[in-house]
Amino acid sequence: MASVTLENVNKRFGTTRVIEDVSLEIGDGEFVVFVGPSGCGKSTLLRLIAGLESITHGDLMIDDQRVNNLTPPERGIGMVFQSYALYPHMTVHDNIAFGLKLAKSDKQTMEERVSQTAKILQLDNLLDRLPKALSGGQRQRVAIGRAMAREPKILLFDEPLSNLDASLRVQTRNEIAHLHERLGSTMIYVTHDQVEAMTLADRIVVLNEGHVEQVGSPRALYEQPASRFVAGFIGSPRMNFLSVTGRTAGEAGCQISIPGLGDQVLPRRMENDDESLTLGVRPEHLIPAAATGESGFKILNVEYLGSEAYLYLQVPDGEALVCRTEAPCPFTRGGRVTLTFDAHRAHLFDRDGHALPMIAAPDTQPAPAQATTS
Amino acid sequence: MTLRRLQAILLKIGFWLLVGVLMLYAIFPFYYAVVTSLKPSSELFEVSYWVDSVDLSNYAAVLSQPAFLAAIRNSVVVAISVVAIALLLGLTAAWALGRVRFRGRTTVMILVLGVSMFPQVAVLSGLFEVIRTLDLYNSPGGLILSYTIFTLPFTVWILTTFMRQLPDELEEAAIVDGASPWVTLTKVFMPLLWPAMATTGLLAFIAAWNEFLFALTFTLTDSERTVPVAIALISGGSQYELPWGPIMAASVIVTVPLVILVVIFQRRIVSGLTAGAVKG
Repeated sequence: MASVTLENVNKRFGTTRVIEDVSLEIGDGEFVVFVGPSGCGKSTLLRLIAGLESITHGDLMIDDQRVNNLTPPERGIGMVFQSYALYPHMTVHDNIAFGLKLAKSDKQTMEERVSQTAKILQLDNLLDRLPKALSGGQRQRVAIGRAMAREPKILLFDEPLSNLDASLRVQTRNEIAHLHERLGSTMIYVTHDQVEAMTLADRIVVLNEGHVEQVGSPRALYEQPASRFVAGFIGSPRMNFLSVTGRTAGEAGCQISIPGLGDQVLPRRMENDDESLTLGVRPEHLIPAAATGESGFKILNVEYLGSEAYLYLQVPDGEALVCRTEAPCPFTRGGRVTLTFDAHRAHLFDRDGHALPMIAAPDTQPAPAQATTS
Repeated sequence: MTLRRLQAILLKIGFWLLVGVLMLYAIFPFYYAVVTSLKPSSELFEVSYWVDSVDLSNYAAVLSQPAFLAAIRNSVVVAISVVAIALLLGLTAAWALGRVRFRGRTTVMILVLGVSMFPQVAVLSGLFEVIRTLDLYNSPGGLILSYTIFTLPFTVWILTTFMRQLPDELEEAAIVDGASPWVTLTKVFMPLLWPAMATTGLLAFIAAWNEFLFALTFTLTDSERTVPVAIALISGGSQYELPWGPIMAASVIVTVPLVILVVIFQRRIVSGLTAGAVKG
């Protein structure tokens, strides 16, 4: 078990900066997920920790020991690759035992470890098979077993579920969560799928273009995104964004005027008037109500999902608004709805995409923002 | 309808006829050598395409010559050494050229290919000097050296091409498991490169086994000859007699190992061994 510390880690390929000044502390036994769009450097960061790429600048510490120049096995890591990368000519047993053999562990401990690992991952009956005779999920488990067998201090996963079909993905996701609980080892997991990140992580690290956008628990990231990027990346369907103008409204926060929704005061601190801002509201925080006549928004589409339904609403300029409602709902395509939302659950982002800070102690708010029904 | 069927049948007949002609073209010379080798010398010049009575006297005559046996031994030593050296150097070179990123990699590849451009005759005299300087004249060592020079380029090229096709993650998995480059090469890559190694090894073996010009130039005494030269130098009772019977018997004897090798290794030359390594 080990902690991992990154201090101003940089990685350049030629002149391209892939990772820029990443500092991060990962606690002992923590499950951390690196998430971000493709090309954000999350896999590179994982490979830097693994020791498959060299660090251009900065320090990587495992348990207070600087490991920049150590090989992967010396660092005490195990890794699960996206394509599994099983040795195709070796049986499951030999795949799992390969690392142990190279570490020159004696035969008895080796057999013990292999059978123990196989039991945990339910591979007992498959030990004599070759990888080509296994299903995708089984190969995945062998890859995890191979990474586990040497009892590494840190387990790294590089998009391990991306080759599995949807139902198997959910199942394997749960197995990995269970495994983390059982082994208690530090795990670092890379994915581009925010659902995986939300469900597995103790803490999520959101990466964008080589730097860390935000680090926090899934809930913190969902409820208090630090930037527009994080707000748009976490959550599905994604947060609605509207361009608004705003001005300070003293202690109450700032007053914004929203096209189609009127004026509203949000409890967000703002420095300058007249800033062009972006309002962000999650689909579940928009509350639709049937509209009369030509007021409100036109419903472009209704997606019925059984337990809930999503309304897609036409906005004069820009992307359609998405609004979640309980299903069954009375709304139909072509109808019109008016929207209200809870001012405390709305987000404001400045020109640069940074979130405006929440004004503390919401109970001291003078009056609920106008036009709000909650 | 019937016309179309007729056409299909004719096409089929034509196809198999063509196959038959090709087979005949490829196999007939060897077949005729076998037939000739089994005839006593008295019947040698009667044209017949069938063996009426098996007569092994030609084989007995060839195999009783110590020079010929020495030639077979030399050929085996030379060919096996060439294959071993070429595969070892080829495999390690292919690892470097196919797996390690370094400046000038393409240049090296093109140079390697360029070397194989020269015809044997062009380098013959130069190589002769080299072999004399290294004191390898009239010994199998000289032949091993010169054959390796001509075998390595294609060995390196073929193995590099195969090596590049192996997924990167396989190597990284081995690194994470604690494997050194040598262990990765021998324990992970080599089993996967078996088809390529069998192919290149076989080609190198055949090239070394059949080579004539160098073998003639770089050896002097009967005890150091290889088979192709030894066969060419088989002589009869007088200088006006060519002993066709023993020559054919010797040819058959030295062809059989090649045929056996091809039959053994053609099963190995099956790709798809990497199936199951990635995705699926």
